[in-house]
Amino acid sequence: MTENSNENALILLGCPQVPVQTSMALYLVHSLKQRGIRPVIAGTPAARKLMEVADPDRHYLPEMADIDAAIDEITEKRRDFDLCFVFIHNDSGVAYAGTMAYISKARVYALIFGEHAEDLAAEIEFPCEVVAAKAVHNPMPLKRKLDEVMQWAVSKR
Amino acid sequence: MGCLEALKPEILLSQSSFREAREYIRKNVQEYHEVEPGYRIFDVHIIGVPPLYIGVEGEHLIFPYTKPCHGTFVVKVPGGEEIARLRERKGK
Repeated sequence: MTENSNENALILLGCPQVPVQTSMALYLVHSLKQRGIRPVIAGTPAARKLMEVADPDRHYLPEMADIDAAIDEITEKRRDFDLCFVFIHNDSGVAYAGTMAYISKARVYALIFGEHAEDLAAEIEFPCEVVAAKAVHNPMPLKRKLDEVMQWAVSKR
Repeated sequence: MGCLEALKPEILLSQSSFREAREYIRKNVQEYHEVEPGYRIFDVHIIGVPPLYIGVEGEHLIFPYTKPCHGTFVVKVPGGEEIARLRERKGK
């Protein structure tokens, strides 16, 4: 199922320390592509390498970008996105999501996971949609939450 | 703009939260300026939720530097031309 759309989405990866991130990021790429939304992944070199090594022929991976380069493009108004999904499992993730909510016109989704998902969710004080689940090794709790959000996220388009 | 690493930053606070870094600058630096998230200084962006502060102490700048895996550091580096650029901003 592919809808006609010119929409794009930035997927901002956090530190790849928590296992579910890489899996959920690939799943999110799939979900967005199914809906005709063009994803771009930005992250640290390590976070990107985890994905690139797992998909050497780039069957699944879309455009990849350095996290600082992506922020540069947005702050300098050379590029922006319709949607922005920020993976968060630590304070830095909250900081990056807050930055995106400020610099980008995108609708921001804070995907919060890890041992301290609830505590981190309580720290979100800026405009965004919070998707939080205590998921460390098993991506399913976060996947279920994301599936729910994607249903109405797309219906809002 | 120069590269932050090449300026050999002195680390005043390490692996803190961006809020702790904000409070550190507010309480410990007499002259500080509010900047918007994403403000670029040298080759890095100021990351976090407003208000975000950059301090000036003599010829040095003191600002939060957020790394995705290691939290937020408060660093002190020679400010150079960045000090004038910061002071020239509106609403400081």
